[in-house]
Amino acid sequence: MNFPVLSLLIFWPLVGACALLPLSRQKPGLIRMAALGVSIIEFLLSLPLWFAFDKTTHLMQFVERHSWIKSWNVEYYVGVDGISVLFVLLAALITILCILVSWTAITTKVKEFFIAILFLEGAMIGVFCALDFILFYILWEAMLIPMYLLIGVWGGPKRLYAAVKFFLYTLVGSLLMLVGIITLYLKGGHTFDILALAQTSYPLKMQLMLFWAFFAAFAVKVPMWPVHTWLPDAHTEAPTAGSVILAGILIKMGAYGFLRFSMPLFPQATQAMMIPMIVLSLIAIVYGGLICISQTDIKRLIAYSSVSHMGFVTLGLFSLNTQGLEGGIMQMINHGVVTGALFLGIGMIYERTHTRLIADYGGLASTMPKFAAFFLLFTMAAVGLPGTNGFIGEFMILIGAFTTRTWAAVFAATGVIIGAWYMLWLYQRVFFNPVNKKVEGLMELTPREILTLSPMVGLVLWFGVYPNSLLSFMHVSVAHLLSQVLAKEMLITFDMDSLSRLVELCFS
Amino acid sequence: MPIYLLLLPILPLGSFILTFLFGKRLGRKAHWLPICAVLSCFGCAVMALLDVINGVTINTDLYSWISSGSFQVSVGFLLDELTAVMLIVVTSISTLVHIYSVGYMHDEPGYYRFFSYLSLFTFSMLMLVLGNNFAQLFFGWEAVGLSSYLLIGFYYEKESAANAGKKAFIVNRFGDFGFSLGIILVFLTFGTLHYDQVFAQAASITDQTFPVFGMVFDLPTLIALLLFCGAIGKSAQLPLHVWLPDAMEGPTPVSALIHAATMVTAGVFLVARCNPLFALSTTALNVVTMVGAVTCLFAATIALVQVDIKRVVAYSTVSQLAYMFMACGVGAYSAGIFHLFTHAYFKALLFLGCGSVIHAMSSEQDVRKMGGLKKYLPVTYWTFLLATLSISGIPGLAGFFSKDAILAAAFSSPIGAGKIAWFVGTLVAGMTAFYSFRLFFLTFHGTFRGTEEQRHHLHESPATMTVPLILLAVGAVSAGWFCIPPILGGHAPWISFLAPVLGEPGEHLGHATEWGLIATSVGAGLVGIATATLLYVIRPEIPDRLRDAWPKVHSWLFNKYSIDELYDGALVQPAIRFSRKVLLHVVDGKLIEGVVNGIPQAIGSFGERLRKIQNGQVHTYLSVMSTGALAVLIWMLVR
Repeated sequence: MNFPVLSLLIFWPLVGACALLPLSRQKPGLIRMAALGVSIIEFLLSLPLWFAFDKTTHLMQFVERHSWIKSWNVEYYVGVDGISVLFVLLAALITILCILVSWTAITTKVKEFFIAILFLEGAMIGVFCALDFILFYILWEAMLIPMYLLIGVWGGPKRLYAAVKFFLYTLVGSLLMLVGIITLYLKGGHTFDILALAQTSYPLKMQLMLFWAFFAAFAVKVPMWPVHTWLPDAHTEAPTAGSVILAGILIKMGAYGFLRFSMPLFPQATQAMMIPMIVLSLIAIVYGGLICISQTDIKRLIAYSSVSHMGFVTLGLFSLNTQGLEGGIMQMINHGVVTGALFLGIGMIYERTHTRLIADYGGLASTMPKFAAFFLLFTMAAVGLPGTNGFIGEFMILIGAFTTRTWAAVFAATGVIIGAWYMLWLYQRVFFNPVNKKVEGLMELTPREILTLSPMVGLVLWFGVYPNSLLSFMHVSVAHLLSQVLAKEMLITFDMDSLSRLVELCFS
Repeated sequence: MPIYLLLLPILPLGSFILTFLFGKRLGRKAHWLPICAVLSCFGCAVMALLDVINGVTINTDLYSWISSGSFQVSVGFLLDELTAVMLIVVTSISTLVHIYSVGYMHDEPGYYRFFSYLSLFTFSMLMLVLGNNFAQLFFGWEAVGLSSYLLIGFYYEKESAANAGKKAFIVNRFGDFGFSLGIILVFLTFGTLHYDQVFAQAASITDQTFPVFGMVFDLPTLIALLLFCGAIGKSAQLPLHVWLPDAMEGPTPVSALIHAATMVTAGVFLVARCNPLFALSTTALNVVTMVGAVTCLFAATIALVQVDIKRVVAYSTVSQLAYMFMACGVGAYSAGIFHLFTHAYFKALLFLGCGSVIHAMSSEQDVRKMGGLKKYLPVTYWTFLLATLSISGIPGLAGFFSKDAILAAAFSSPIGAGKIAWFVGTLVAGMTAFYSFRLFFLTFHGTFRGTEEQRHHLHESPATMTVPLILLAVGAVSAGWFCIPPILGGHAPWISFLAPVLGEPGEHLGHATEWGLIATSVGAGLVGIATATLLYVIRPEIPDRLRDAWPKVHSWLFNKYSIDELYDGALVQPAIRFSRKVLLHVVDGKLIEGVVNGIPQAIGSFGERLRKIQNGQVHTYLSVMSTGALAVLIWMLVR
């Protein structure tokens, strides 16, 4: 296919953002319509990826490749495979919903807000398409700026602290990755071509160093325990659209980074670090879940639940088998949909009540029955009820983990119990019980809000009932990735003996 | 695939969606679509049963649900003898409960919501019993859990109802924890989740072991017990029984349908369905039997003293489900399913009878405030009496035959726990008769103890409620006639019908032994009835005296052995405290955030100090410079 569809997808939102610039501040309605139009066109433009994608090859598709900085061999090189294509589509869809949910919620600096959103969309899609390290790194960092602004300008009372924390946390991680990228460039044949770099095999010691350097960037983004503490603050303070993008797309990039870079580039290190990664994932699952129980703020609770759910993702990925990897990718998408939808919903009631405290709610099922029904479905998806998408990923990950290490599945399955506990507890306190005086007479969802939530309902049920429509995209790419990771015999396994050898190796 | 098989789940699903979305506009007519759907389902179930009787069994996949590498799961249907029986139970009870609800729920604001949930439940339950693989079983399993959650919490503005719904869901999750791991282990062992393939290979795993946590387990035992975890949760057996009594917060028709006749029996269905796996492990069978025996006795003792009319019946349900597990544990799966079948009718009748009483009593549920209702509620009275006689094991009625089948199987079983099961089963048969008649006498006999206002409103229920009662009474009487044992002149066609799926028990008892067993259990029942008559009709002052004589025993039973308090104190509260005090405040708040905020602060304060030496004052610079120069000079001289 010669049509540069990926470039169009990356740059169209930027063009759209620029097009908003001359619009008059006095007409926020026009700005909203324009932003919505841009995002809808973007989504329509992304549809060819769904229909024209060739599911029989692991090779990159829709590839565009142009020389960019000749002297350093930097290229503009984009393409998608079965792992990244779905996230491009998801990002395009979620942005529309973010614009819809901000319709009346954002009243100050409306133009700047939508420009930031569109800018962010372009950068995010770029990150998923980039196949050149420099291009990837630039876009990776470029995402930080609009997100930082979204939190810092349109956020809640503690927005500055949260924005700076978010920015520094991720920046520190990214810088280590930059060191890793430069090392790769120097040792891997003076190229930034990610696919070419993955062809080279590196000495184990170097692999291990680089694995942890990249880990710093990705683990913060996921976020894995113990570098998760930026997430509750960022989620809580961010405006609804910011939370939705954060949960829906941004934190997926950490897991995506493991898939796209850590695993194919450092296969032996990945195998060697499998057990530590699984242990960190299990801690995240149980820790994130347990800590939800004592939350008093709805957004904080959902933020911590993300830590738990993303623990499932990394557990699946580092199970290093088909079910684990495919389940992990499913869970990334599902978590994006479900948690995105939960944040959309919370944003809608926050707009009415201006409180996020669980104790301020109660009995919403009486005052807002339609909303209660929507939220119930998303809650059920979050607790992994079969028939919703949440179950598919979780169950596949459990299978993958069980195959690798039985105990991992046993610990992870406790997360399923804890998940039901805190989500149903939340649901009861907000929607059941007698109507709280503070939220009497709340207005039921408007048609615009129903329109915002409905696509998520469709996705929850569609992916839950017929997940093969997503899984079929992944099969070949995941199989290829696995063959890359497992091609090299595992040099060290993780027991006490090899641990000491590993320490020796790293410090010699 | 015959069309009725496809219609079975689709009709209630469609009815759920339509009623949920548009039912509000229909107001009091919202019940028509669900009732038509479930009635058609009953028709389909009858067709299915006829087909199965004619030797048709169907095992077919509809579409591939999850496909990932070697993990292949489909949505598919299995129609065999066991499924056919379950279909009849589910659709018949569901139909009657639907009709009953038209009268019972008449004044409820959430009328359409109630009927849409009933449809959702029917759909889920049908998916559960129709599935041809473990994954679909799990789908149905969780979906009935969701319907149960919604229906228990139907009066969601009542905090106790909302709590009960949540509790049911979470407690079941504990069972599902083992159940899902069991399903995964089945997949890893057999490479498939389809029943036919798994059971065909079952024998090949005998004597295999499975290592986990440094211990080595017998593989068949591990699989069976993990699956059984799910059954313990769903069928409310010890130690996960705590949700079922609380589930009585739901509307009474729900208690009859979900929490007596159908959903709670899913655990028994699971064990019966997986009998080729359970058969591989004597240990597992012993555990099933013992869990059944202990629960059976445990729940019956609590039922002796409860005063809430629905809770008595709820504990009775827990106890009766335990009978079914005892049957499965001793290998008499068809006897277990037979008790499931008869129990569905007499227990649904008991619950709906309770509903009729509660309806008449203006929502009063305390039996201490009832009494003498016989003359006000004649239909309810007579049907309730039949159900009570049936559950007490009076010969000729449904409960007698199924209970007798279980006790005979337990007595003759080679399983170690078999004799214990028989002893407990016989003992509890007496207790069951006692508490059932206690409830019956307290409710319908004696003098009315409620308020004048309640007496004023007393009335027999409308025909929509009494007709289902009468139909269920027919079942409570006659459901047992499908399995009249040879000794009483029958052929027990039930056993031979289910034999292709559940096998036939090998042991046969001598005539004398069998007569002896019948006499013992009937005798126990009669003693129970006689005691109840003595205590609650002839000498009604005795129970109070007994209570005063043994206050500790009474309060122990009355407080249900304080199991709820134990769980709350040992599990729930510590978890909450651990979460808040350790994880949130110390680990997250102090340790991680300490490092995260500490590093920038350290850098900041270092810079702050560094700044002080550049204060822009010439004399500071001069003094530092001269000190430095002096130091260098001294150093050079000393060297």
